Amino acid sequence: MTAEAPVLQTTGLGKKYRSRWALRDCTLSVPAGHVTGLVGPNGAGKTTLLNLAVGLLAPTEGTVQVLGGEPAGNETQLAKVGFVAQDTPTYAGLSVADHLKLGKHMNPGWDAAVAEDRIARLDLDPKQKAGKLSGGQRAQLALTLAIAKRPEVLILDEPIASLDPLARREFLQTLMEVTAEHDLSVVMSSHLVSDLERICDYLVVLVNSRIQVAGEVETLLATHYQVTGPRCDPAALPADWQIVSASHTDRQSTLLVRSDTPVVEPGFTVDQIGLEDLVLSYLSEAGRTGSRGHKELEAQR
Amino acid sequence: MIEFHLDARSGLSPYLQLIQQVRQALRLGLLSEGDQLPTVKDVVARLAINPNTVLKAYRELEYSGLVAARAGVGTFVTKTLADSSLAAHEPLRADLRDWLARARKAGLDDESIEALFATTFRALTEATTEAAIEEEVR
Repeated sequence: MTAEAPVLQTTGLGKKYRSRWALRDCTLSVPAGHVTGLVGPNGAGKTTLLNLAVGLLAPTEGTVQVLGGEPAGNETQLAKVGFVAQDTPTYAGLSVADHLKLGKHMNPGWDAAVAEDRIARLDLDPKQKAGKLSGGQRAQLALTLAIAKRPEVLILDEPIASLDPLARREFLQTLMEVTAEHDLSVVMSSHLVSDLERICDYLVVLVNSRIQVAGEVETLLATHYQVTGPRCDPAALPADWQIVSASHTDRQSTLLVRSDTPVVEPGFTVDQIGLEDLVLSYLSEAGRTGSRGHKELEAQR
Repeated sequence: MIEFHLDARSGLSPYLQLIQQVRQALRLGLLSEGDQLPTVKDVVARLAINPNTVLKAYRELEYSGLVAARAGVGTFVTKTLADSSLAAHEPLRADLRDWLARARKAGLDDESIEALFATTFRALTEATTEAAIEEEVR
């Protein structure tokens, strides 16, 4: 995990389907060596962003680079990126062994030992047809294929959304094990924040086809504060407070404040906030104000 | 070798929980000099957490001089926190058990027992700290 090119770098990236923008104004730089969570509600543009990153889609505007290269630009670039598409697809009619054979045939850097070792540890029967596997086993097979090509970055689109809690845990265990073993960078989308809380150290929140917030989890947690106090006029609050969300009763105001300096204000109670609450605040706020709120966020950042 | 676990409701971040569990194992004599900590790969494969979390916890333990990393081999305990006080644990535990039995008999439930312990402990700690500060001022 050295200081190489960013895993994912985009500038003004946008993708339009007919008249609808699925992704807009996306400017990001995700450093290498992280497990990055891409969070947002369904339809926010997560799959579009990931498909642009692996070269399955071409941008309508702006640029996207993965590890400093153009997505799917050449063979070297293809070998660097492992991709597990939404719902961890496999070929139902092919056996587990056939999948490995196919992987070997199609990937110059294929590591057969890694692939066979994983299949054995998962206790999968090589003769079994992928269509007969459980959801958890199929997800693990798709992950095995992506790992055995020995990529530098692994990109996964909602790999665990359809799995039961046990299969989900097992999938994340495998994912974290290979991340440690092969020094991988990971970018993974999910609409389940709780799943990402333990495994991600970098977070990108995407709502309504726009990036709401992005950064290292530790930094995000250290710069967001839950502030409660007597009902107040938002305009009267300190200027360096970025108000992410605010709710008021007739007596009390509850605010989520983003600030690079510690928040201290007489009469107010200031608490740290958990990752899940932080993300949910951004999601609900973006859902309420639409894209207008985003502009203000951008301007204040 | 010890095995880590995570308590989602503890309110402590996973990285602090790992540090706490190593310190506790050192204090209780479960880990002593020369023992190896689980490898980063083993910890993340068990707990499904970010490898950087484990690395950070191990680095912090290294800064405090409790463990040392040997490149390509693993992380080993270099210092123990269990001192001569370890011998006193057993009789103290027996006293505590007696006290707990008496508290139960007096009709205290778990919550009351914990509250009683916590408030007494806090009051005592504050009193000692204040005494120490006064001592210093003088």
